[in-house]
Amino acid sequence: MGYPEYQVIIGLEIHAELATESKVFCSCPTTFGAAPNTQVCPICLALPGALPVLNEKAVELAVKAGLALGCEIPPFSRFDRKHYFYPDLPKAFQTSQLDHPLCRSGIVEFRVDDQTYQVRINRVHLEEEAGKSVHSGERLQGSHYSLMDLNRGGLPLIEIVTEPDLRSGEQAKAFLERLRTILRYIEVSDCKMQEGSLRCDANVNLSINDNGKNVRTSIVEIKNLNSFRAVERAINYEAQRQYEDYLDGNMSLNAGKITAGWSDAEGRTYVQRQKEQADDYFYFPDPDLVPIEISAEQVESWRSQLPELPAEREARFVTQYGLSAYDAGVLTAAKGIADFYETVVENFDGDPKIVANWVMGEVLRMLKDAGDEAEQALAEAPLKPHMLAELLQLLQSGAINGNQAKEVFAEMWTSGKDAAVVVKERGFEQISDTAAIAELVNAVIAANPKVIADIQGGKTSAMGFLVGQVMKKTAGKANPKLVNQLIREQLNIT
Amino acid sequence: MELCELTACALAQLLAKREISAEEITSAVFKRIAVSEELLHCYLHLDHAGAEATARAVDAKRQSEGSVGALAGIPVAVMDNLSTAGLPTTCASKVLQQYVPPFDATVVAKIKAAGLPLLGKTNLDEFNLGASTESSAFGPTRNPWRTECVPGGSAGGAAAAVAAGEAIWAVASSHLIPASFCGVVGLKPTYGRVSRFGLISSSSLDQVGPLARDVSDCALLLNVMAGYDALDTTSLNTEAVDFSAELAAGVKGVRVGLPSEYFAADADPGVKSAVMQAIKVLEDQGAQVVEVSLPHFRYAQAAYTILAAVEASSGLGRYDGVRYGYRSADAPDTNTMFSNTRGEGFGAAVKLQILLGTFSVSTGHFADNYLKAAKVRTLVKDDFARVFTQCDILAAPTTPSTAFRLGERCADPVMMSLVNTFRAPADLAGLPAISIPCGLGNGLPVGLQLIGPAMAEQRLLQAAYAYEQAAGLELSLPPMEVR
Repeated sequence: MGYPEYQVIIGLEIHAELATESKVFCSCPTTFGAAPNTQVCPICLALPGALPVLNEKAVELAVKAGLALGCEIPPFSRFDRKHYFYPDLPKAFQTSQLDHPLCRSGIVEFRVDDQTYQVRINRVHLEEEAGKSVHSGERLQGSHYSLMDLNRGGLPLIEIVTEPDLRSGEQAKAFLERLRTILRYIEVSDCKMQEGSLRCDANVNLSINDNGKNVRTSIVEIKNLNSFRAVERAINYEAQRQYEDYLDGNMSLNAGKITAGWSDAEGRTYVQRQKEQADDYFYFPDPDLVPIEISAEQVESWRSQLPELPAEREARFVTQYGLSAYDAGVLTAAKGIADFYETVVENFDGDPKIVANWVMGEVLRMLKDAGDEAEQALAEAPLKPHMLAELLQLLQSGAINGNQAKEVFAEMWTSGKDAAVVVKERGFEQISDTAAIAELVNAVIAANPKVIADIQGGKTSAMGFLVGQVMKKTAGKANPKLVNQLIREQLNIT
Repeated sequence: MELCELTACALAQLLAKREISAEEITSAVFKRIAVSEELLHCYLHLDHAGAEATARAVDAKRQSEGSVGALAGIPVAVMDNLSTAGLPTTCASKVLQQYVPPFDATVVAKIKAAGLPLLGKTNLDEFNLGASTESSAFGPTRNPWRTECVPGGSAGGAAAAVAAGEAIWAVASSHLIPASFCGVVGLKPTYGRVSRFGLISSSSLDQVGPLARDVSDCALLLNVMAGYDALDTTSLNTEAVDFSAELAAGVKGVRVGLPSEYFAADADPGVKSAVMQAIKVLEDQGAQVVEVSLPHFRYAQAAYTILAAVEASSGLGRYDGVRYGYRSADAPDTNTMFSNTRGEGFGAAVKLQILLGTFSVSTGHFADNYLKAAKVRTLVKDDFARVFTQCDILAAPTTPSTAFRLGERCADPVMMSLVNTFRAPADLAGLPAISIPCGLGNGLPVGLQLIGPAMAEQRLLQAAYAYEQAAGLELSLPPMEVR
């Protein structure tokens, strides 16, 4: 008897901070990193008598996110209050959405290796961020003191809830990366996991086929996963743990949700508490905010403002530039990089695949350390796309060789000098003057009768020696292709 | 008659003729306060210096430029649940005893801009949860008509101050019951007519409106307060109305509906007969009286109680001791700090509301309580919509009884809540209503309530004015032993 087969069932709840200039219910700025409690007002401090005013830009961005995720936008939406006591939640309720979210029923495609998958989106709703707690200890309970920074309190958040359609940590990670790409394309969120502007909770359980009997383990919600890698590792760890515990007879089945944390350092999950019953948040409709009504015209107007989405762009790169699906995927994974690529292509008279190789090779290598900031680093780099096009043009014309082009590129990246200038400064211009090279070729042929005889006797590999001699005489500046061609002509080799 | 006993209209005329100064008015009011406040306890906080400074500034301006608003210099009392920058704002709660807001409520900013000296902050039921002002953490206010009686609530302090000459008029978030009990005029505007920004309400059902000695003053003060406010998203963006204009339009041909349910409900005979007499006066003035029905009347009070409690339980969550207000000392951990702060900071009436409200939206009870109450609200609104096709305004008693004795109903919340029977339907529907004195029952003032469709404040004021003029009752000042 073998081990029972099982399937991992994963649903994600993702929070993304919206890229508005002001908070969702007041006009405080949203800039990251200001001194604690300097971006606050009576509204986000929940002073008595202060009332919320909805930031319409937040609604627009949330709806755009929903549209980009294939959601429907119901004409009626409203806010509800979700109550709980915590020192960084000034009103003792979070203004959120329960029964009438802004967006419903979407679908997102993503790929793992060459396989395409789909995830259904249950909902996208708008809510407010809580403040930030800094505890002297591990957590609020047991800390000697806790400090509250309410700059973050009241930032607009969207919560994206998927259906339980994911089946592995790899899929969850790939989906999340696709989601980030989409949200960044439409400029709805900067999605920086380190800064917390993108956060993910994962619900994981197993469907086990034990001797023809289907068994489900209790759902474990892993909270606050703060990197793509953590999402993948935590889910895989948790699935394995549940399976092993099941085999050992220790796994609780079909019970209420269990909350767990993830330790990145230890690479394991920690079950925090088993909920005896669902938390009661005493939800009810917020009477201080009028319901949101969005007309079909408004939705269409916002839809028309959406840029080309990554999936469409990827497909276009394949057909328009003849790229492989893989290359198109890499180049369109970030809007800034795809934009850069297309600008180079526009300015380059040659094969777009050459541009693709350079962007994916040299350019992405330069951006490797920038991580989440890659697009910004590219935008700020002194090397502009038209300059790369000029460099590639020089390479294509044979004025410089490949190794030289890479050296020139590295210089251009930091200095912002034009390709022609760097080539000249470094003395890289190739000798492509046929007459000059022919003269040297003749001299080399004359000086090496034995080698000529070998070649003419069929040992064509000796050609390389002659090319090398010519290159040596020009200190490497002769165009090797031209040298090769002239030697062949002289020796009548075809 | 002393200056502090005149109407704002009369004072405005004297000011315009330069027969008196704003400083003299304010001084007269504070002189009255010095005599009667110890007994009545209308105020939680007085701002003698601030009011005098405003009065002097207004006088100086009137002297030099002559161009100040007609009402500038007529002092006003402000209920202590309206946020006043730099002045304590306690909601009559221990939990906010030390709280001084950094900003003005929109209505407070408006009365300041109009040059009205702010006398002080008046007493109320803790967080306006009550109808007698007895739940104030700082002691009750007494009714100037009979000091062993309550002034009504939640704005008992404001109404008593206006009645006793401790204020010329007042801005408050409760109008009808205290106006009725204290024999003054109180107007509750249409929901959204006056900004709620800075009103520390326990629920969104509360509205800010004027309390005054007569209908004209009420209209004038509403002019100062009303208007769209971008800071309150429930605020109505409608054209400004001059509520004082056409006040004397009369009631000829106005259809006055008598909702049978209000008259069938239990009420003091004295109240009923005073109200019926008042309706007769309106009829004599040309009004056409019709009998109408609001079939969901009997559910309104329960629905109001639940909705108000739910909002209170939610809205009062912020008093957790973290950022401002009272914090219980020496709690070993945060949860204990929360519960001790709230346990020590809130009074019994508030706790009752929080418990009732929390229960009403808890899992398993939401549908039977909150949802049902919300449905009743819709039914009550529909009732009113239908009734207002049959008549132009409704007339009814404001309260089933006149002012009751202090302490009489404290032990019985159900008995206490009966005071709200006649006000709950219009409050639920967000409709405007006015209470005007219409005689005495057992020697205490009786209020006539007029209810109108949304945005019909002007129609209500015209009808109230017509009654006031025709009845000619000299009721605005109590035969006070403390005067």
